[in-house]
Amino acid sequence: MQHEVVEKNLGLMIPLILIVISFGVLVEIVPLFFTNEVTKPVEGLKPLNALQLEGRDIFIREGCTVCHTQMVRPFRAETERYGHYSVAGESVYEHPFLWGSKRTGPDLARVGGRYSDAWHRAHLYNPRDVVPESNMPAFPWLFTSKVDPSATAPKMEALRTVGVPYTDEDIAGAAEMVDGKYEIEAVVAYLQQLGTVISSKR
Amino acid sequence: MNSFWTGWISFIVLGSIFGCAWLLWATRKSQKFHTETEETMGHSFDGIEEYDNPMPKWWLYLFMATIVFGLFYLFLYPGLGSYKGYLGWSSAGQWENEVADAKAIYDPLYAELAATPIEELVKNEDAITMGKRLFLNNCAVCHGSAAHGGFGFPNLTDNDWLYGGAPEKIKETITNGRNAAMPAWEAIVGTEGVTELANYVRSLSGQQNIDAEKAEAGAKLFQANCVACHGTDAKGNQAVGAPNLTDSTWLYGGTQQAVEMTLKSGRNGVMPTFKKTLGDERIHLVATYVYSLSKQTQKSE
Repeated sequence: MQHEVVEKNLGLMIPLILIVISFGVLVEIVPLFFTNEVTKPVEGLKPLNALQLEGRDIFIREGCTVCHTQMVRPFRAETERYGHYSVAGESVYEHPFLWGSKRTGPDLARVGGRYSDAWHRAHLYNPRDVVPESNMPAFPWLFTSKVDPSATAPKMEALRTVGVPYTDEDIAGAAEMVDGKYEIEAVVAYLQQLGTVISSKR
Repeated sequence: MNSFWTGWISFIVLGSIFGCAWLLWATRKSQKFHTETEETMGHSFDGIEEYDNPMPKWWLYLFMATIVFGLFYLFLYPGLGSYKGYLGWSSAGQWENEVADAKAIYDPLYAELAATPIEELVKNEDAITMGKRLFLNNCAVCHGSAAHGGFGFPNLTDNDWLYGGAPEKIKETITNGRNAAMPAWEAIVGTEGVTELANYVRSLSGQQNIDAEKAEAGAKLFQANCVACHGTDAKGNQAVGAPNLTDSTWLYGGTQQAVEMTLKSGRNGVMPTFKKTLGDERIHLVATYVYSLSKQTQKSE
C-alpha cells in the first residue's frame, strides 16, 4: 500500500491513527483498572465525611491545587520532609484526584495533624500572620460565608455511583452535619485528615 | 498483576516494536538507497515540487537504534507486566536504598547525640545547629523562625513554660504534643461574671485601670471556679498546662477585652505530636535547641 493512499484519504487515516494511539492506552491504562494496588483502598481508608467533603470542594474551588500538590514521591528528600510516600490505594475514593503537578507551596498529601486547627485558621485568614515570608494568598471570606447544606447529599450520591462507599446514613445525615458551618471549618476538617491513614515514617 | 495482563502487555508492546522493525525493513526495500535522484513525487503546489529521496541514513540508523534501545531497556527494567527486569529495579526499592544509605551515615551520629543528656548537649555547637535546622523546618511555622511565638503560639525564648522547661518536659511536649483545655466560662459565670473575673485576673499581674469592685467579685468567682487548674495563688500548674496568671506573659493577650474573650469562649491550644514526623533522636536535638534558647535568656538576665 502506498502511503499516498493513507495521506489523501482522511476516512482511512483517522481510524489508523486511533489504532496506533490505542496501543498506548491498552498497555498503560487499561491493565490498571484491573490491578489491586490501584483499585483497592489501603487498610483503614474511609470516605470523607460530609464536612470534609465540603472542605475538599472549597479546596478545589479556591484553586489550592494550583500551588499545592498532594503527592509525596518516593525520594528520601521528600519522605524526610513530608512522611511516607503516597500510594495509589490512598486515592481510590478521590474523584477527581488532586495530586497536582506544581509545587509553589509545600506538598499537602500528609499535612493532616501536622499543625493545630488554630494555626490553620490563622494561616488561612492571613498567611503572613504566622509565616512572615509566605506568598500564599489570604482567604478571609472563608470565615464569613457558610457551607450550603442542600448541595452535600447530592454530591455524596454522585460519588456513590462512581464507587465511594457512602452508606444511606452518611447521606441522610450530610445536611445536618454541615448545616450552619463556616467554610473555614470545612476546609480545616479536610486538611486535618489528609494522609493520616498511612502515618508511619521511620 | 496476573499472567493474563502480563501476556496482554507483553504481546502489544513487543508486537508494536517488532511491527515497527518490520515496517522499517519492508519500506526500506522499495527505496532507492544509495543514490540521490532527480525524480519528484509527482505533485506540485504553487509550482513547488518534492524530490523523491530516501530519508537520511543517520535518521534511519537512529530509528533502528531506538528499537534496539527499547528491547534492551525492556530486558533490564520492569516494563512487561509482572516481569521484574534483569536489574530488579523498582521505585520503592530505590527509595529503600537511599534511606538505607542515609541511615548508615547518619544513624551512628544521631545515636551518639541521642545518648548525650540534653544538659550536656547544649554545649555542643553542632548539635545546636542541627536542632535549629530541624526547628526551622518543623516548628518555625507556628513558633516563628526566632522562636518568639505569636498570638496563641508560645514564645520559647522567655523561660516561661506552660508545661515545664526541664529537658524531659520539653521532649515530652514535642513527642506527644499537648492539648490545652481552658473551658468556656460564659455559660457558667454569666457575662457579668466574665467581666468581673477579667478584672480580677488583670489585677493579679499589677495592671492599671482595674475596676476594684468588679475585681473583688471576680476574686470570689476565681476561688470557686478557677483554682483547680490555676491554683489558689493563680500561679498556674504545669502538670495541666495552666498558665501563671500573675506574670505579664499573655498567650492570648492581657487586655480587658482579650481576657474576657478567653473566658467567654475558652482556649484550646494544640501542640501537635512529632513522634512520627521526627522520631526520638531528632526530637532530642530539637529539644536541645529549644532548651538552649531559654538558657541564653537566663544567662543574659
